[in-house]
Amino acid sequence: MSTCQNVIAFLDDYVAETLPPASRESFDRHLAACESCVAYLATYRETIRLAKLTIEDIPPEVITAILTTLARNTPRT
Amino acid sequence: MNDAALVAGLRAGDTAAFETLLRLYSARLLRLARRFLDSEEDARDALQDAMLSVVRSIDSFESTSMLSTWLHRIVVNACLMKLRAKKRHPEIDIEEYLPRFLEDGHQVEPSQPWPESVETRIERDELRALVRASIQKLPETCRVVLHLRDIEELSTDETAEILDITPNAVKIRLHRARQALRTLLDEHMK
Repeated sequence: MSTCQNVIAFLDDYVAETLPPASRESFDRHLAACESCVAYLATYRETIRLAKLTIEDIPPEVITAILTTLARNTPRT
Repeated sequence: MNDAALVAGLRAGDTAAFETLLRLYSARLLRLARRFLDSEEDARDALQDAMLSVVRSIDSFESTSMLSTWLHRIVVNACLMKLRAKKRHPEIDIEEYLPRFLEDGHQVEPSQPWPESVETRIERDELRALVRASIQKLPETCRVVLHLRDIEELSTDETAEILDITPNAVKIRLHRARQALRTLLDEHMK
């Protein structure tokens, strides 16, 4: 029988869908009866989604600076 | 241009190949450097150092490895060199941000759901800044794994190869990072 501690300990496998079927069924039974773990799972997934919000592009001047430094530091072909 | 052609061009000293390399990889490599280093200036310096290392050491690149993995490793090493020279920013004690349990396996503090759409409660830019700042509080070992796995979406095996740790260590650090980040964000979501 899964406890909250068991479920949270292996939540990464549950989210990645890599749990063995028997374990997954045990997790699902626990989640059907535990509002706290349902909330934890939802917020765990939301955390992963929010982390991706931090992606941003590289400012063009950074590329220019690297190319300039490279031109200065390496022999031309 | 595929990786093999890119590597051939770099080995021949072709600046067009290097420009292609920058166009393809620099954004994600700068994002990685930002995870290690406090300041934007340091991150850009590390990226620049790494790119010079790429040019100097391209002959040592073995085609059995993926080019992206090799590039990530060079950036990681450039960042670690910079970090050794600098005072590190404060990191949380991650143990304090992991869930705690009673003897019967229940959580000490039951979890609460977050609002349906956090972006409507908090402006997107403010939310992005909050998430970014929270990630930066994580211990470096966990922060970098979170970045490579969840943000850059690299595989467990590739992340392990970049950081020279076992795949199991990647899994453990990732789960701990996610749990701690969740706790940090939870404080702002209620």
